[in-house]
Amino acid sequence: MQKEINTILATDCGSTTTKAILIEKKDDEYRLIVRGESPTTVEAPFEDVTKGVLNSIREVEELTGKTILDGENIIKPRKNDKEGVDIYISTSSAGGGLQMMVAGVVKSMTAESAARAALGAGAIVMETIASNDGRLPHQRIEIMRKLRPDMILLSGGIDGGTISHVASLAELIGAAEPRPRFGTGYSLPVIFAGNKDAREIITKSLKEKTAFSIVDNLRPTLERENLRPARNEIHELFLEHVMAHAPGYKTLIDWTDAPIMPTPGAVGSLVEMVGKKEKINVMGVDIGGATTDVFSVFSETFNRTVSANLGMSYSISNVLAETGINNIMRWIPFEMDEKDLRNMIRNKMIRPTTIPQTLQELQIEQAIAREALRLAFEHHKSMAVGLKGVQKQRTISDTFSTDVGAESLIDMIGLSLMIGSGGALSHAPRRVQAALMMIDAFLFEGITRLAVDSIFMMPHLGVLAKVHEKAAIEVFDKDCLIRLGTCIAPVGTGKEGIPAITVKLTTEKLTTEEKTVNFGDIALIPLEGKEMCEIIPAKGFDIGEGRGKKIEQEIEGGVVGVIIDARGRPFTLLEDNKKRIAKLQEWLKALGVYPEKS
Amino acid sequence: MAYAYTPGLKVSEYTRVRKERRLPLKGQVVAWQAGEVSAETVVARTQLPGDVEPLNIAGLLGVPPEDLDLYLVKKEGDEIKKDEPIAQTKGLFGLFKSVVKSPVDGSIESISKITGQAILRHPPMLVEINAYIDGMVTEVFENEGVAVETDACFIQGIFGIGGEINGILASCAENPFDIVTQEMIPEDAHNKILIGGSLVTLDALKKAIKNGAKGIVVGGISDSDLKNFLGYEIGVAITGSEEKGITLVITEGFGPMKMADKTFRLLKEHIGEKASMNGATQIRAGVLRPEIIIPLKKGEKEEVKKSPSTGLEIDSPVRVIREPYFGAIGKVTALPPELQNIETEAKVRILEVELSDGRKVTIPRANVEMIEE
Repeated sequence: MQKEINTILATDCGSTTTKAILIEKKDDEYRLIVRGESPTTVEAPFEDVTKGVLNSIREVEELTGKTILDGENIIKPRKNDKEGVDIYISTSSAGGGLQMMVAGVVKSMTAESAARAALGAGAIVMETIASNDGRLPHQRIEIMRKLRPDMILLSGGIDGGTISHVASLAELIGAAEPRPRFGTGYSLPVIFAGNKDAREIITKSLKEKTAFSIVDNLRPTLERENLRPARNEIHELFLEHVMAHAPGYKTLIDWTDAPIMPTPGAVGSLVEMVGKKEKINVMGVDIGGATTDVFSVFSETFNRTVSANLGMSYSISNVLAETGINNIMRWIPFEMDEKDLRNMIRNKMIRPTTIPQTLQELQIEQAIAREALRLAFEHHKSMAVGLKGVQKQRTISDTFSTDVGAESLIDMIGLSLMIGSGGALSHAPRRVQAALMMIDAFLFEGITRLAVDSIFMMPHLGVLAKVHEKAAIEVFDKDCLIRLGTCIAPVGTGKEGIPAITVKLTTEKLTTEEKTVNFGDIALIPLEGKEMCEIIPAKGFDIGEGRGKKIEQEIEGGVVGVIIDARGRPFTLLEDNKKRIAKLQEWLKALGVYPEKS
Repeated sequence: MAYAYTPGLKVSEYTRVRKERRLPLKGQVVAWQAGEVSAETVVARTQLPGDVEPLNIAGLLGVPPEDLDLYLVKKEGDEIKKDEPIAQTKGLFGLFKSVVKSPVDGSIESISKITGQAILRHPPMLVEINAYIDGMVTEVFENEGVAVETDACFIQGIFGIGGEINGILASCAENPFDIVTQEMIPEDAHNKILIGGSLVTLDALKKAIKNGAKGIVVGGISDSDLKNFLGYEIGVAITGSEEKGITLVITEGFGPMKMADKTFRLLKEHIGEKASMNGATQIRAGVLRPEIIIPLKKGEKEEVKKSPSTGLEIDSPVRVIREPYFGAIGKVTALPPELQNIETEAKVRILEVELSDGRKVTIPRANVEMIEE
């Protein structure tokens, strides 16, 4: 399929807008040509997703002067340089994306593995049910009846292990007869990925009442997680059942040259590909109006979480509800009445499409974004963990012990690249605002490259990577990523005003720039390209090689440059309101985050 | 750029309102085509399958699940009464019997020989839906429900709390900018929907409930008052199921917000009349806004014929929906097509508006809404 592909059309059907991009091969290299967008048309009065797709493609036609459509058909294959495309692909999160319920026997083991499988496939996990979740059986049934998931993933029991617990869960699902969200005339898909010895019994309980399928156990032994078969089945069923029942998708499926992927699943697979290809630890975050997704690849293990109710418009009130007013107030660099802040947040919730017109309103929204990102990252850290319940040999004295609180896989000092996406980051008026929001929320340690997705095309490229990896990588590298620069943040704390770190680098103009930054301060060295850099942490500070140990390595700049964050890890903000505001203003000024008021 | 404007909330003096009233499951429609109904009339009813309750019989008897047959006195499909034995052990010489009794009235749906668990189902529950508005049945959906239509004054709010109610409109504010305090709540508010001004305080809300009011419509509410009233922070804006004893509709937003003149005038004109109201709000794709419907007698008013909205144009009346001019009304004076820098340095599409106080201002297009009929 890879030969003779010159023109690629890709769409992402989001819950509010459908975005189309056109990629073409120029001088042996694939590049983004244009992007068009149009409102998504899944809901009344249109109720046909293809209308929005066609509108977004028409915008691409207008912008390029090419002919891609023949009436309501995409011209394929390409006839000449002016007419048609070679392949068409799409992702979708319209209608709220893929919403799942997962169930397992032990909450911190099989149920958690099931949740990871669902999240990795691009789903929102509406609820996790486990035999030991502390709920009474009738409460579990009530939850199942009330929720209307697109799909249920049932796991439980290692192969050859307990049968009765997972059988009991299957009986509850059968009794609850949960109904799917879309389409009244079809049965809810249920996937069983548990103990293979329980298959017969589970089939008996669920075959009649659900669209039932079986895949390999996602936790065949305590020590091993095998999520791939469950993830693949989720993708299959997403297309077969969920998409096929959403308005217009049957036609869209016919148009595409590769299976339609759930949007976050596509973004995840791209982040995974970047991590594996560059052999680095990488993280991605996508902050939307309703949800915030976090993706990570650490030690070649991919994880994704979605915080379904953390976002900057529809879910903005939930950020307040989860973090509390004080955590938002602490990032606001001016005096503000708590009452006014509360009312402002609610007014954004009820009129989610409005945008900040004044600088103060922008600063408030960016304060809220910091908290949304921070909470989503906390959530991610709690999910991206090693397997729990695994027997580990430690020392002879403590013989064998069960590791209940498994450690998070997230190792900030080992993180090489952070990619931000979504309106709050991609569309921040100054790029340095996106950089500082990510630094404040994720608190990078050591040396971390920062980038943003220029126009949110990671979904398109994620699905493209499945059919044409070369094109996806080239466009990702040249057109998708906007390199912000690098954050250098020594781990440790010290005394205000005492040097924490010195950075020496030779700039493009061959001048040597040397900057010593005191503890509690933040500084910027403008740098666009890559340069060799000497980083010398003060005694008691660690940049990755141990306390006080210097590093010499190539540092990548970008549209922002090199940010030296010596505010301390762990990071704390001052309690006193006046002093805190003064400090915030100092930091913002040091980086030139906002325009100076005349 | 398919949408260059935000459609506003509907505030209509006279319009045709149609409400589809459907059962959650198929059932029986009890209203007739062309029949007159009042808001309280039941139009359809059905039996919802009862809740299920699992009961671990083998565990309670202390016997292996596979041997359960030996101990059952009831079988799958049997009707059962509360405290009726479902299974029992034989005991020793007829003594020390273990008995498992049914915790509910209902039936036995299934008994598993693998887990030893029985699924009991409660009796079905009767669900009835009413007409919600005074009007006429114009369509019957077989086994599902009806459509009720009426000519009405129709007002959408921006946010609400509480579900469907109906009551008599009563005034508790003289002006649209009045703040409704507890002293302004009438002593006899029984069965009333109170019409306020720019804000309702927490004490006033509590007094309205105490005095029997069914609903209250105001311009705004302070978020801290709403939080104290509900007892929790609102997370995602999906409301309507709160059971606080009153339905609240705010027409403008959070904080003190003068109720739009037209909204206030229309509500005032219908004081003493019956209205239906629903606070249910959903702000996601497929927006649902709260509403007040005041059915009108036939021929009471002439429908004002309006040409369909064509989007923002020069002279279009608009309302600003974000700071720094939040709540101001004006008319569009220019719609430049090119993107322009605003104070935040963002490059956005803007429009120029002459506000009602004569000021000429520039505003992002995303921050205005059309004033719609």
